[in-house]
Amino acid sequence: MFVAATLALLATLALTLVRALKGPTVFDRALAANTVGTVAVLLLAVMEFLTGRPDFLDLAIVYGLLNVVGTIAVLKFFRYGDLGEPGEGPEDR
Amino acid sequence: MSPADAISWALLAAGGVSCVLGAVGLLRMPDFFTRMHAASVVDTVGAGLILLGLMVQAGLTLVTVKLVVIGLLIFFTSPTASHALARAALARGLEPKLADGGAPSKP
Repeated sequence: MFVAATLALLATLALTLVRALKGPTVFDRALAANTVGTVAVLLLAVMEFLTGRPDFLDLAIVYGLLNVVGTIAVLKFFRYGDLGEPGEGPEDR
Repeated sequence: MSPADAISWALLAAGGVSCVLGAVGLLRMPDFFTRMHAASVVDTVGAGLILLGLMVQAGLTLVTVKLVVIGLLIFFTSPTASHALARAALARGLEPKLADGGAPSKP
């Protein structure tokens, strides 16, 4: 049962990676990276039931948080060209 | 095959299928903004069904609490990331591909 879910998630990962490699614009790649992160969280949750180790769920929570922060940081970099110097606030951009 | 197993098996199968469908949509959609539709299918339906299937399997334990936390996490952060992605794309001048060649959509 869990093996079927794992295989489906691995297939999703493969298709998302194809989009990441093929994506014409850089935002397709950011979208693919975001989807890979979400599917990785699901894969961790399913693996927790396959191997019976409860600590995978904590990993999944942390990975979900990191994924969002990473996506937002990458998007800020694409939009403004840099992540901003420490002294440079929004008012003096 | 107790009823709980049958229910969680059905939920997991449906979640897996919707994940794969979302990924196929991610590949086949012509334009970036339509691909975001497909990617959000994976985030919402796929994640929701798979987590529900695991919750049914886990019963009322700490594992289910963690699965609920993961579900809430995906529920709140995935739209935020998609919103930021769309705004960044628009700010960078990535125009959506309109049906009739860029004419403004009639009311």
